Amino acid sequence: MQSQKITINDKCLNFNPGQTILEVAEENNIWIPTLCYLKGATPTGSCRICVVEVEGRRTLSPACSTPAEPDMVIHTESPKVVASRRDILELLLASGNHNCPLGSGREKDWKAAQNDDSTELCPACGDCRLQDLAVYYQVTGEKYVRSKEPEPHPPMETVNPFIVRDFSRCILCGRCVQACNEVQVNRAISFGYRGTESKIVAGIDVPLRDSDCVFCGECVQACPVGALVEKNARYQWRPWETEVIRTTCPYCGVGCQLNLHVKDRRILKVTGVEDGAPNKGRLCVKGRFGFDFIYSEDRLKTPLIKENGGYREASWLEALELVADRFKEIIDRGGPDAIAGVSCARSINEDSYQMQKLFRSVFKTNNIDHCART
Amino acid sequence: MTNSFAEFARAKMFLVIGSNMAEAHPVAATFVKNAVLNGAKLIVIDPRKHRLVDFADRHLQLKVGSDIALLNAIMHVLIQEDLYDKAFATGCCTDFEKLKEKVLEYPPERSADICGIDPNTIREVARELAAVKPAMLCYTLGITEHTCGKNNVMTTANLQMLLGNMGVACGGVNPLRGQNNVQGACDMGALPNVYHGYQKVDDPEIRKKFEKAWGVTGLPEKPGLMIPQMMDGLANGRVKGFYIFGENLANTEPDMDKVAHELDSAEFIVCQDIFPTETTRFADVILPAAAWSENDGTFTNSERRVSRVRTASPAPGEAKPNWWIFKEIAKRFGHDWPANSAREIWDNEISGLAKNFNGIKYSRIEADGLQWPCPSEDHPGTCVLHSSGEFTCGLGRFSPADWSPPAEIPDEAYPLVLSTGRRLYHYHTRTQTGRCEGLNDLLGEETADISFADAERLGVEHGEAVTVRSRRGAVTVKANVTSEVPEGMVWMAFHFNEGCANRLTNAAFDPETLTAEYKACAVTIEKIDQAAAG
Repeated sequence: MQSQKITINDKCLNFNPGQTILEVAEENNIWIPTLCYLKGATPTGSCRICVVEVEGRRTLSPACSTPAEPDMVIHTESPKVVASRRDILELLLASGNHNCPLGSGREKDWKAAQNDDSTELCPACGDCRLQDLAVYYQVTGEKYVRSKEPEPHPPMETVNPFIVRDFSRCILCGRCVQACNEVQVNRAISFGYRGTESKIVAGIDVPLRDSDCVFCGECVQACPVGALVEKNARYQWRPWETEVIRTTCPYCGVGCQLNLHVKDRRILKVTGVEDGAPNKGRLCVKGRFGFDFIYSEDRLKTPLIKENGGYREASWLEALELVADRFKEIIDRGGPDAIAGVSCARSINEDSYQMQKLFRSVFKTNNIDHCART
Repeated sequence: MTNSFAEFARAKMFLVIGSNMAEAHPVAATFVKNAVLNGAKLIVIDPRKHRLVDFADRHLQLKVGSDIALLNAIMHVLIQEDLYDKAFATGCCTDFEKLKEKVLEYPPERSADICGIDPNTIREVARELAAVKPAMLCYTLGITEHTCGKNNVMTTANLQMLLGNMGVACGGVNPLRGQNNVQGACDMGALPNVYHGYQKVDDPEIRKKFEKAWGVTGLPEKPGLMIPQMMDGLANGRVKGFYIFGENLANTEPDMDKVAHELDSAEFIVCQDIFPTETTRFADVILPAAAWSENDGTFTNSERRVSRVRTASPAPGEAKPNWWIFKEIAKRFGHDWPANSAREIWDNEISGLAKNFNGIKYSRIEADGLQWPCPSEDHPGTCVLHSSGEFTCGLGRFSPADWSPPAEIPDEAYPLVLSTGRRLYHYHTRTQTGRCEGLNDLLGEETADISFADAERLGVEHGEAVTVRSRRGAVTVKANVTSEVPEGMVWMAFHFNEGCANRLTNAAFDPETLTAEYKACAVTIEKIDQAAAG
């Protein structure tokens, strides 16, 4: 297909028919804010934060769901666009329990929000796209006052080991629904009820545990606010305090790429590496939540030698000497093939290489295998 | 895998056989489901109605261990109705005539008696497979864990070659590997017959190359023992010293009582692990190892992608990296190995000594990993194997096989078939996941999954404790009455030491690969009161 031209912020750009305005902008490093847009899923255009001004059109158009057309002239930060985004942000901040310093502007004194006995401070403060946009567009949250103040917040769902659902902080962007239905295709959650009663529901509005949820946590990774948070990372994890270390998942053979969020050399949470091969940001329950075994008290911490039916602690020096001496003695008596070894399909390549090298070049036997076929 | 995960989402058709992908490889399954939502066809062949079946156009619920009969019948139809890829099957492959001769012995009517699938369904599936090109074939341990495992694998390859689905994107034969680095452990030569990069130990030229690289002489010529032979060796005294690195053999091998006897017979056992396991209690020396997030290194996934593993936290106490431990033992035999980090081992030894890895260096895999073969440092890696239509040994060779039944089939005393596998919330013998609080919360015990029909016949309620008994042993677990399992089948995992299915499984092996038949043995289910009385 032949590429065509549009103009964004006075820049003339090529696009391929079928691309949305947002896709063309992203390709050319032009930033357009998004909230509900989830890459790879069907654009819904529901939050309207990505609206842009298209010359000749009476209304603003959502960039995520408007196809680029030849000779369009687009402004992504015109006064009209900015005013609209500010208004949307005011409405979103007033729509729920957004009690960070920004969302509680309507209280005049943000500290008052902390004294609201119905709630905690938002756990996503500092990791919230709504907050980021409020800062960017200098929105205080004072413009709209909610009809009932203070309202009783719907209760949080905490009855599963991994995910806390706080409906009071949900902005109904629907990213979690798309993550569940279009990305992971587990079909556990959807929009429920209507109008002001709208809510994200699992099954027929039951706790996740009682639904089809398989706790992949894709919804948590997709949530732009504080509505879905990893239970064990709540209030533990502050993005500016943690180092992000990319690694490979230790479970199945897909080899998903993980970002470990590490504070004081301790993993606090795990997310998928967006766009990384092969998993493109996706994880399963084990990859996302199954990392705490490394901190188990059961870990072997020192070499152990069997003695009198039990085990006693030993130094590396003693243990290594003993292993070498016993193997030497067995090889002297029974030949190299009296030794056999099983390597580990969980450990790194370099470990398996090193073990087969030990068996072949030092012990002089090929009796080395692992659970390759099972 | 001949192909790559990135192709899944854009594939047009899948044949998934013997793979409970949605539980055992959940992220891979998401890409299959994406493709289905985009219009791809999905045919699932499996005795169980597992979660992926919800997305399938067809589910062929075959009898356990009848895969070859079914696939041969599909190929029979493809040849009889002239639906196969003639150019590929005869031009790019050899022994087509042998295949033809064999599969013609499997008309759908004959195979139907063996596999339980209606002959007309078999014909329709053959036509559907021929109508969409290419199709991706994915399999997992449902294919390999049989006494005919090797023949099963060959038969899946026969089918894909006959359909001309090899060497193209969105096609191929794609075994999803079970463990994070089982591909890597094979690639690294933790196998009795090859050095890393599948270089044969019985080739004198190759031995000479490694003798030079490693600065040694007299590398052993004869391929070594596979795990089941080692276990036999322990019992008969031929193997005296046993080094077990990170495997929980006591619970993962079939027939646990037999395994315990074998481990008990060893003169000297070293276990190197991160946790005490059911296996370490047989050890004379236990060496504490650094775990996954305490190491720098690489894993290789199912699609041959070498990706980085990085250190995030310190190892507890005195635990040490495994490569260091091996190096220290070598030192005590007078061998001084130069490499002093995983990176040095890879960059200075592994990469240079095998053509497939020549182009893979740590500096190139900082972000996404590279897929071998990657013969040079400007090579982008290989997503699709055999894409020039040429196979590893020159041409693709058809290896036709006859169906053979599992080693142990149900009879009057043990009327049900037990098949084993993995569940979503746990991994293998739970040495890791069993120590993740939340995962235990979601799945805390083993069950015996049985059909409604069998439950009714036995008078067993959902959740009632039952005894599952085979000729090897018995376990007591709760019955999970489910529509996933067909009548006549019991399905269990081997995650929990209590109620571990490997107390029941049969230590019968494929004659060549020595893979155990975890997928089929005969059992009986007894209500607890009966068991007590009996």
